[in-house]
Amino acid sequence: MKKTLATMALAATMVAGPVMADLVFPSLSYRTGPYAAGGIPFADGYADYFTMLNERDGGIGGVKTKLLECETGYNTEKGVECYEATKGEGALVYQPLSTGITYQLIPKTTADNIPMHTMGYGRTSAANGSVFTHTFNYPANYWNGASIGVNHLLEINGGDIKGKKVALVFHNSAYGKEPIRTLEELSKKHGFDLNLVPVDHPGQEQKSQWLQIRRDKPDYVIMYGWGVMNQVAIQEAANIRFPMENFIGIWWSGAEHDVLSAGDKANGYKAITFHGVGRDFPVFADIKTHVTDKGLAAGAGDQIGNVLYNRGMYAAMLAAEAAKTAQGIHGTPNIDAGMMRDGMEALEITEEKMVALGMPNFGPSFKVSCMNHGGPGLGGITQWDAASKTWSLISDFGPSDMEVIQPLIDADSAAYAEENKIEAGCK
Amino acid sequence: MFYREAGDYKTSYTDDGQTFPIKFDRYRYYFVLFVAFALIPFMLNDYWVNAIFMPFLIYSIAAIGLNILVGYCGQVSLGTGGFMAVGAYACYKFMTGIDIWLGGVQYALPPINIFLSVILAGGVTAIVGVLFGLPSLRIKGFYLAVATLAAQFFLVWLFNKWEWAYNYSASGQINAPERFVFGVPVTGPNTEAWATYLFCLVFVTIVAVLARNLTRGASGRKWMAIRDMDIAAEIIGVNPLKAKLTAFAVSSFFIGIAGALFFSVYLGAVEVGEAFGINKSFLVLFMVIIGGLGSIFGSFAGAAFLVLLPVLLKNVLVGGLGWPTDLAAHLEFLIVGALIIAFLIAEPHGLAQLWRVAKEKLRLWPFPH
Repeated sequence: MKKTLATMALAATMVAGPVMADLVFPSLSYRTGPYAAGGIPFADGYADYFTMLNERDGGIGGVKTKLLECETGYNTEKGVECYEATKGEGALVYQPLSTGITYQLIPKTTADNIPMHTMGYGRTSAANGSVFTHTFNYPANYWNGASIGVNHLLEINGGDIKGKKVALVFHNSAYGKEPIRTLEELSKKHGFDLNLVPVDHPGQEQKSQWLQIRRDKPDYVIMYGWGVMNQVAIQEAANIRFPMENFIGIWWSGAEHDVLSAGDKANGYKAITFHGVGRDFPVFADIKTHVTDKGLAAGAGDQIGNVLYNRGMYAAMLAAEAAKTAQGIHGTPNIDAGMMRDGMEALEITEEKMVALGMPNFGPSFKVSCMNHGGPGLGGITQWDAASKTWSLISDFGPSDMEVIQPLIDADSAAYAEENKIEAGCK
Repeated sequence: MFYREAGDYKTSYTDDGQTFPIKFDRYRYYFVLFVAFALIPFMLNDYWVNAIFMPFLIYSIAAIGLNILVGYCGQVSLGTGGFMAVGAYACYKFMTGIDIWLGGVQYALPPINIFLSVILAGGVTAIVGVLFGLPSLRIKGFYLAVATLAAQFFLVWLFNKWEWAYNYSASGQINAPERFVFGVPVTGPNTEAWATYLFCLVFVTIVAVLARNLTRGASGRKWMAIRDMDIAAEIIGVNPLKAKLTAFAVSSFFIGIAGALFFSVYLGAVEVGEAFGINKSFLVLFMVIIGGLGSIFGSFAGAAFLVLLPVLLKNVLVGGLGWPTDLAAHLEFLIVGALIIAFLIAEPHGLAQLWRVAKEKLRLWPFPH
């Protein structure tokens, strides 16, 4: 018996040996719990892109990729367990898709020298790379999102929103509270009234909030919601006959499953985005030939082309490009987490690259640097068409108001640096 | 043969009144302490500490705290999550230095040592617990459960709203900065596995010894008298005001310590609604019920059952069998739920009762007649 056990252990290590040489991308996903509706398409997109790279190109720079999936259920305790379970396996970059887990992992990943990419979520001031050395949130963050929303309001009002009433319906958590300061600054600058309407986790019950909105009659509603909260809010907005074209969600409140349940009444609902929507990109042909047709699709395989699927795919693409950059910098295909960090900090995305990857106009061109881990902060507005059940981009990727945002980033990151005695500076 | 009173001669009252009067129990206790303090710290890595030992130890403290209130004093509480939040936020304020604005001038205490911060956080929670325990003098049973439920929701709302409590951070998150005990970091990112483990273990040991001795002594007997029949207890001279409020104070003190450790050492960053919601109250209550009401050992057993089993199942199903993570997560709920029901049908008095039965059997073994 002992002998068999020993042989088995030996065989296991022999199998595990070459596996260690893979490029390991952990996926802290959530396919269960109140936020699963958003977690599943993102996780599928993230997984499918790496599968496609393996099948089509034989991995990145000739080294196969390996996806380690770990279920967090959007729960911080499970997030810690997942992080500890995967970090020893050569994890290159973490993407927890949860602001709560991000806050925990910022110091941990820094201490363990593993980069973390929080694309469009997490701690916004991590854009200041001189303080947050291992955290990246390119190409856009929450505060950019808030500003892009306000810019859209300016645009449809001919540049003047003085005296307009704007309500912010937000998930009453770290995530939902993030934009408040930016919006307060913007309301001072542009002279609109800001009204805060918090919704507690998980957000299934919003009668009183929407009653308040019905009474206050704001001109516009901006929403920072996630999970089941989005569907309920859109349904409630429809119930009080709030004009949908004046209702703008952040990018986490603008996917198919958020609007479908409200049916025709959701027509015209808007959402902010930082990447392309729909499946009108050449990359989807590759995913079909190399992933779905071979039966390798992650999950049920029914999410392809959804907004959040695209976002997961975009995140995977940025990670893969950063890995390529790292391989170039360090001259070895077998990079480790520290090299991956260098690759992320030197990442440059150009339109030519995007075209070559089969994603023309899918996202903005940008360049990451040590001082700026946040990218350019460009974003556009999408609108839901209930008849054809599609999202479509109704604006270009425009800039956000960095004049307001940059001082906020500097102040918040300086506070973090002082609290944790970090010496800010770029090597 | 091993487990019996006979042949274990005591020659003084001190000996007779010691925590574990039976020799076998005493040696087992020394053995557990030896393993926990002298062996485990050398065999730990980050995964074992952060995924298994730390949650187990911290939930054990919380379960012991709740067990004193529910199991020993018979006062049902659904406010555990809220009280843990008080502990966590108080610890945060103490470890970063409390600031008070008086007449436009800011007075700030310097940051307090993390060990003392945790104790002080327990103290603050005890005061809050007593405040919310006051209604227990008038209302009982389900009505008291509802009153403590109100505490749960009020406290979570408070820490979401009250910016002073989270030092005015933009997101409302609190982050534990790096703090040291004897020059060794125990909070923050650069901790060693053994340091955080030992730090929590010291608290667990203190709390368990305190709880064991309190429940054996006069105050514990008063609590149990109130639990078994409060009118009779009052007639024989137990002051219900004092008994109930001390139970609330001691219980909240322990829960506050658990909350402080949960935030500062285990998670490092906490958001009140997510970490200390109503689910936490139920989780700790389930630990107490599954482990066994009115038993210190039961608190450990319950915490171990509900913390370790999901991790074990996850590692077997995903790591061992390679099943999809979502399927494993759903199965985990099913299996843990089914086991809870099965256990409670087989042994309504919890895991501690199994241990008690085993001890009775041991007393007679190997000659059962």
